[in-house]
Amino acid sequence: MNPAPPGAGGEPVPVDPDVDLHVPAQRAETAGARLLLVLAAVAAGGVIGALARYAAVRAWPGDPASAPLVTLGINVLGSFLIGVLMVPVAEGHGRWSPHPLLRPFAGTGVLGGFTTFSAYALDARDLLARGEGAAAFGYVAGTLAGCLGAVWAAVALTRWALTGRPGAGR
Amino acid sequence: MSWLLVALGAAVGAPLRYLTDRAVQSRHESAFPWGTFTVNAAACLVLGATAGAAVSTELYALLGTGLCGALSTYSTFSYETLRLAETGRWPLAAANAAGSVLVGTGALVLGAELAGAVRG
Repeated sequence: MNPAPPGAGGEPVPVDPDVDLHVPAQRAETAGARLLLVLAAVAAGGVIGALARYAAVRAWPGDPASAPLVTLGINVLGSFLIGVLMVPVAEGHGRWSPHPLLRPFAGTGVLGGFTTFSAYALDARDLLARGEGAAAFGYVAGTLAGCLGAVWAAVALTRWALTGRPGAGR
Repeated sequence: MSWLLVALGAAVGAPLRYLTDRAVQSRHESAFPWGTFTVNAAACLVLGATAGAAVSTELYALLGTGLCGALSTYSTFSYETLRLAETGRWPLAAANAAGSVLVGTGALVLGAELAGAVRG
């Protein structure tokens, strides 16, 4: 991997749709041919993530009368994994400098393609349309709580693992 | 065949989310994650229309599972909501969570109704 510590010698932060795009220098990171490489990484990751989601949905088709637990599980797992990924990528603990394509490929691509907001909304609408208002509310709120709890726990655990201090970093 | 169509849809949806996020985030000064908010709402609208139009299994795999599934994201939504809360922007975090759910489901219902109306 890149031996230079993050931030040394004006090393740009990893390519990331969450970079501060108000700063022209950061926006220029993915200019020109570099953008094509990033887009290819995002597309390849997205295909892998979406196929994994499709495989899970087909493996556990589920009872249509029950809450769509497979989509819930996918979204909670994906939220946990992005928490694990983003601590080293965005916060640069230690001397490890992530490859600039790691975040576009794994975060934006694989995890973005794996998790889904649209199927979540469709599941909620379908539950409501069947008159299962309580189940719809439980599904919407349960997914939200589960995913936010998962990303929070993943970030806290990863910071602790990397620094030895609970909740360290930003 | 469906696997290939899901892959094809995702190969378009994921880069489209990335480009939309960049375009949206570079055009405003707010800390609110409008980029993810926008792609999630747009994907809900398209998925609603796809479901409402009662398309074939193949077209649903391409547009619904592949394109909309990869265009929308829950993981980035979760992470951005956490970042807002961690940086003390609790009202924005709450607005992002509640707004994404309300606008997303609203867009999905709208898409389904529009497709249903077109079908007659």
